[in-house]
Amino acid sequence: MKTRVHLLLGSLGAALIAFALASPRVIAADKVDPVADAKAFQNFFFQKFPNVKHEDFVNGPYSMNEDMKRQWQEKEEFPPYEFALDAGKEMFATPFKNGKTYADCFPNGGIGIRQNYPYFDTKEGKVITLELALNRCREANGEAPYSYVKDEMASLTAYMAYTSRGKLMDIKIPDDPRALAAFENGKRYFYTRRGQMNFSCASCHVQSPGERIRAETLAPALGILNAMPIYRSEWSGMGTTSRRFVTCNSQTRAVPLEPQSDEYRDVEYFLSYVANGLPISGPGARP
Amino acid sequence: MKQSLSLALLLALSLAPSARAANEADYKAAYAAAEAASKEAAGMRNQWTVTVSALAAAKKAADGGDFDRAVAAAREAEALAKASIFQAVSEKETWKAMEIR
Repeated sequence: MKTRVHLLLGSLGAALIAFALASPRVIAADKVDPVADAKAFQNFFFQKFPNVKHEDFVNGPYSMNEDMKRQWQEKEEFPPYEFALDAGKEMFATPFKNGKTYADCFPNGGIGIRQNYPYFDTKEGKVITLELALNRCREANGEAPYSYVKDEMASLTAYMAYTSRGKLMDIKIPDDPRALAAFENGKRYFYTRRGQMNFSCASCHVQSPGERIRAETLAPALGILNAMPIYRSEWSGMGTTSRRFVTCNSQTRAVPLEPQSDEYRDVEYFLSYVANGLPISGPGARP
Repeated sequence: MKQSLSLALLLALSLAPSARAANEADYKAAYAAAEAASKEAAGMRNQWTVTVSALAAAKKAADGGDFDRAVAAAREAEALAKASIFQAVSEKETWKAMEIR
């Protein structure tokens, strides 16, 4: 009997010690800590692919496969996004009917600022993406907004990304619980499985970068938005970040959300923040 | 002979209810159940494309008077919608298992 009581007390003690040791970790894990998240996120990829230069992750599948990289480098001599880039430059400089231009809506006249988008607007309490800011600029100047997934928006963002090439992603999270909530919401969206295929964004871009899914080599999630917008051979055209999210959802057999919905804006915020310090490489070209 | 005939009759009668062709009322009931589940999934921002397609297929079959096919498609849509609801509920916590820490 005594032995039984000792055993019971011993087990209880061990359980209490285990609980005491485990509980601080649980609390820490539930606290929103973007700095720690970004560090862990980058370290994961740096350790998984020790031979890939850190700044090379922004080149997506080309950072994972030497043959593809060589082909892409040759394609870059006459890149497929060039037409969009020229169109975007012209659109950017063309005044609206009221005489103002896009440059009037952005800091530094809209040149070399891609690395600061998306940002958290503390007045509105929401994430503002570059695509959203461009359409708001149009509407504020009496122009109809562009489709978030079609050519004009891709051309404009292509030009703005091009003027920012090489600048390091620099997303800020202000000391505002709503900004932290947006970051956390974006993180949750990124890791949540959806669609009949039961895939999350992470299923492909964290668990399987460099692997093939049918004919495609999957890109790493780290720096995946630094190359946006992109010309995709599969689309035979340009695509914005919104288009990328929409098609990713469809491919998992999930009904896509509305472009620039809160979830998409938040996941863009999360993915951009964890890529802080990596260069802008957009516009990009992908198979 | 008599015994085999009675057995055959019994067998035919026992199968009769399941072999009955579906009618419009069956379709409407199946479609309403599928639509309700589908709306619930959409409300959770977790609708599946295949649910939408199965619902559309059910409606198309019913419009063409093929209620057997319409009921089957509606039931499939309901099952898919319920699976997507299950996924949305379970992912509320399980997404954390995939997180890089």
